[in-house]
Formats: sequence, C-alpha cells, structure tokens
Amino acid sequence: MGTRNYRRKTSHSEHGPGDGGRTGSWRVERPVLDQSLCIPCKRNKEACFICWLFCPEIVISRTIPPRVDLEYCKGCGICAEECPTKAITMVDEAKFSEEDKE
Amino acid sequence: MDKEFIQIRWHGRGGQGAITAAKIVASAAFTSGYDGVVMAPTFGTERRGAPVMTSLKISRTKIYDLSPIETPDIVVVLDHLLLKETDVTHGLKKGGIIVLNTPMAFESYSFTDFKLASADITAISVEAGLPHGMVNTGMIGSLEKATNLLGMDLLIKCIEEEFSSRKPQKNSLAARIAYERTRVGG
Amino acid sequence: MHIIENGNTAAALGVKLCRASVIAAYPITPQTPLTEKLSEYVERGDMKAEYIPVESEHSALAVCIAASSAGARVFTATSANGLLYMHEQVQWASGARLPIVMCVVNRAVGAPWNIWNDQQDSISQRDTGWIQIYCADHQQIIDAVIKAYWIAEKVSIPIMVCYDGYILSHTFMPFDLPDQKTVDAFLPPFKPDYALRPEEPANLNTVTLPDVRLDVRGELAHSYMEIRYLLQEELRTTLDVAADAEKRFAEIFGRQSDPFIESYRCDDADCVALGLGSLTYQLRVSVDALRKEGIKVGVMGLRFYRPFPDEAIAGALKGKKSVVVFEKALSYGYEGALTSDLKSALYEHLAGTGTLPSIQNFIAGIGGRDIRTDDLTKMFRAATHGRVSKEPLWIGLKL
Repeated sequence: MGTRNYRRKTSHSEHGPGDGGRTGSWRVERPVLDQSLCIPCKRNKEACFICWLFCPEIVISRTIPPRVDLEYCKGCGICAEECPTKAITMVDEAKFSEEDKE
Repeated sequence: MDKEFIQIRWHGRGGQGAITAAKIVASAAFTSGYDGVVMAPTFGTERRGAPVMTSLKISRTKIYDLSPIETPDIVVVLDHLLLKETDVTHGLKKGGIIVLNTPMAFESYSFTDFKLASADITAISVEAGLPHGMVNTGMIGSLEKATNLLGMDLLIKCIEEEFSSRKPQKNSLAARIAYERTRVGG
Repeated sequence: MHIIENGNTAAALGVKLCRASVIAAYPITPQTPLTEKLSEYVERGDMKAEYIPVESEHSALAVCIAASSAGARVFTATSANGLLYMHEQVQWASGARLPIVMCVVNRAVGAPWNIWNDQQDSISQRDTGWIQIYCADHQQIIDAVIKAYWIAEKVSIPIMVCYDGYILSHTFMPFDLPDQKTVDAFLPPFKPDYALRPEEPANLNTVTLPDVRLDVRGELAHSYMEIRYLLQEELRTTLDVAADAEKRFAEIFGRQSDPFIESYRCDDADCVALGLGSLTYQLRVSVDALRKEGIKVGVMGLRFYRPFPDEAIAGALKGKKSVVVFEKALSYGYEGALTSDLKSALYEHLAGTGTLPSIQNFIAGIGGRDIRTDDLTKMFRAATHGRVSKEPLWIGLKL
C-alpha cells in the first residue's frame, strides 16, 4: 500500500497526539500533578496552563485540573521543568502497577 | 544618410539626461513608424559627472541585435569638453554627423570626414528658463536640425509628454530655440 | 498599448498586472531597478501589496515562502551572488511546492567580482526543482511573468523568469503593455490547494523519516522520497501545462509562440544554433548574414530550460547535420550545461537512427564581455560543417 492518494504533496503535520505513533510506551518517568500546588486548581479558574502550552506532544489538556494523556506522553519532563510552582514531578514508571500503565 | 536603419551614439556626463533625451527620440521614432527602436545605456559605470554613453538604434523593422553600436551615423555630444576626454568620433561613418553643444564658434572646429552641427545649448537652455546644465531637450532640437528625421512637432509632443510634470513648456522651448540656432555644416 | 521601457520595468509591470500581494526583495545590480519600481507602485498606491524590505536575499525568499504558505501571490527578484545566497531557500521553496515567481536578472557570479551579464547564476540553480523560463526581449519578459503565475499555480512549483542583465534589464525597447482586464481574464485570483490558517495550526515541511508514516488521522503519509518523486513527476508534466498556458495566452492576448522553442529560419537549415535568452536574437542577425552567403543555417531559442523539453528539441533537430550551442555559462570541469542536456536528449530520441547531428559548444559573453555579431557569425560559420573542437571554445577570449 502506498501514499499515491495522500491529500498533500508535502510534509504536513497537524497538531494532535499520535503523529509519532503510540509514544506512551517510551516513557521512563511519568508526570504526576500535586493539585495543592497547581495554580488553576488552587484558584479554581483558568490560569497559568504553562504545562499545556509547553507540552511538545500536545497531550496535556487545558482543563482544571490539567490531565495528561498517558497513551502518548513520552515522559520528556518539560512540563515538570516549566511548571512555575513545581506542582509536577517526574516519577519512575516502575513505581506504578501494570494497570496504571494502561 | 540611410533612413531605414540609423545608429545614434550619445555622449554625455552622468546626470545630464542623455538617456532621457535618447528615450524621447526613441519614442518619437516609434510613433512615426520605426518599429525597431533600441536604446541601450552604458552599463554599470554611470556616475554623476563621469563620461557616459547611450546608444540608440532606429530601424523600420524589429531590432534583434542588442550589441553596442560600432559604426554610428550620428554622435550627439552634450558637453564640448568631452571631445578632449573621449574619442567621440570612434567608428563614426564617413560623412557622419556630430551634433555638439559648445559655447565656441562654429568656425573654430574642423572635422574633415564629418559634418558638424553645433549650438550653445547650455546658454539656450538657461534662456528657455531651465536650470543651468540641463541641456538634454535642447540637444534634441539640434539633432533634428542636423538630420531632419522626425519633425519638430512630433519631438515637441514627445518632450512635453516625458516632462509632463517637470516644466514641459520650458523644455520644449529649449528644443525650439536650439532648432532655430543650430548651425549645420556642409 | 505599446510603450518604450527597459526590461526591469517590463517585469515590474507584469508583476503589478498579476496583482502579486506580497513582495520581498533585497537590491542587487542589475535587478535593483525592478524592485525599486515595485516599491514605487506600492508606495503610490498603484498596487495593493505588502512590500517587505529585508536584510538579505535569503530572507527575501524566506518571507515569500511564508507568505505563499499563507496563500498570498508573491514575488521576488535577484541576480548573481544574491541568488547564490538564497540557494538554501530556493531548494526549500520547490520542496514545499510553493508557486513563487522570481525574476533572475542574469549576472556573472564572483569571484572575481563582476556586475555584468552572463547566465552562470540561474544555470547553477538548474537542479533545484524550479521551472526556468528564459526571455529574449521585453515582450517575452512581461508575457513570461504573466504566464509564470498561471503555470506555477497550476502545478504548485516555483518559477524563475530569467533575463539578461543590462542587455535586457537596462535597455529600452517597445513592447505591448496588456491592460488589466486582459490579464485578469487570463489569470484568476490565486486559490491555493492549501493555505496555512491560524484556526487550523499545522507544521509545514516537518522532518520526514526515511520511510512513510501514519499521520494523526491514521492515514499513510508521504516520506521524503515520495515528496521528491512527486516534484519530479509534476515537473515533467509541467511541459503539458506550459503548452496549455501558451494556448490560453494566445486566445486571450492574441500573441502566439511556441511554448518551448522559438525557431528562426530552421525549416530547411542544415545547421542550427541553439541558446538561451537575448543571444538567440542576436544570432538571427548572424543567420541572415550566413544565409546571404548561401549557408543554410537557423537558430533556436530555448524558452524552457527546466523542465527540459527533450522531446520537442530532439524533434526539432531531427535531420540537422550540426548543432552549435552558444552558452553564457558552463558546468566547470566539463562543458556548457545546455550542451550536455542537448546531447542527452538527442541520444534518448535519435540514437540508432543514424541521424545524430554533430555538436559544437561555444561559450560567449562571460562577465559581460561584448559579443560582437561579426564574431558570432565567424564562429557559427566555422562550425557549420561539423565540430571544430571537443572542448568548448570561448568566443572573444583574449589570452
């Protein structure tokens, strides 16, 4: 099967998870959110969302609380690095049970 | 002079308006039925005050050869001092015409192989109300007197079109006076 | 309406009539008066366009790439080292399949520094995936700009409209200036297949892996190889599109010419000169002179250099005894690039037929060296009976 009928003549990628496949399995560490430190959670209103803005895989939602789509999160840790209140920590995947990994 | 294919080389100084003058003559020639007119300025070295050349070819049919003029029928010299700096008659055909702007007397020149047409266009242009040194439209009057090629009415029309926003009447007046006063040798 | 103007103005008027909406350029002799004219049109309000002054040719084309990606009809122009400085973006524009039109006002490339005409600049961009059109006079310049937008937008491939620096760019001659209504009838407003919109963010020309991949929608997407193959495939079919453009142009403008080769006195010629640009018009004078001597010669001016109209050229030259290729550029270390391309086309279409003509390559006008018509005629005459030298001969060389 080939790409003859693909709708573009160029290299083109739209935002959304999955452009690089199911990258959740690549993860060594998982981002875990402490809602007591997270700005939108504390104020209960739309604010900050630095994690959503910086996530290169677009797997963090712009919601209260922000949620991470673990099927595609590669565990890069940028969200934890950028969070101004250190509300996100990267935790070793081995600490989570098999069910959690799904 | 063969009036089917005419080659005119203009010698001036950067900023004197030789290109504009040649363009006006080109446009008059095209209007009068010469399908081929090509005006090519010297390329790349034009600076204010430095000697510059422009070549004008006029033909009854489309011109395909854009190479520089080697054997002009006419040379138009916008500043008599160029005679000392440049070989203005280089390649000029025997019996060819030199149209010269000079304050010197007509009799003070002697060209054995060529026909001279001269006038003090610098003075004439000032008399017509143009700033000192603007001689290009006056030269057109002299050229026409020497060649009787395109007719003053058409040339005046083309001058006034080209200078429509820059003293059209004074420019055409300079050409008229130049036409009257140019002396043409035998 | 006929006007008398220089070649740069002819190009600028063409761009204005095509309603280009974004212009970005950096001045370089002999292109400068062209972009100055365009900035004047924009400044005076004669042209509704964004004129973006930039700090380099690389940026000029980068701006055009961005604006074209957003759906604007764009224009830029350059010469010589400016084009070379742009080279990385030149490749990008074709890979990104953007219908950019760029005038290349042909000039020698340094070193040593030289501002005069030859065609080494655009010929050196032969393999960049752009369409290249060469012009022989001002009518062809303005017409080529108008046709270029139509062709480029049909095939989503950028086009260089090339014309000789000074010899055409700064020389005044009459040409027919079409009116806006006629140009509008020929060239509809630009409707891109795809245009970047803020509401639908996307990454364009992102990294491709060596193999194909599934995109976010789960569709199998091209990789680099497929994208580059399609560029080649559609460049080849551009020859048909160019023929359509010519037909459409003739219907609307009433001016007709062969889309690929402009022939002069070739029908019964034994020996034909071939070249690109204004030199092929000068060669007409040589042809007339040699014909008076009873030598059956003709001249062909190639309008399209890329895509290379190999079939048309081989067809036109079939049965000729000799071909003389005059070039203002060469592939250093071998011969003129057009000569090599010609040999390849003749081998493809005429090998084994026993009708392969001899081929002589002349190099002329390098760095603006005056090309005297008498010299052209002399060299042409010498080559009418067959090849005189395997290595290209340089006309007017003073070594």
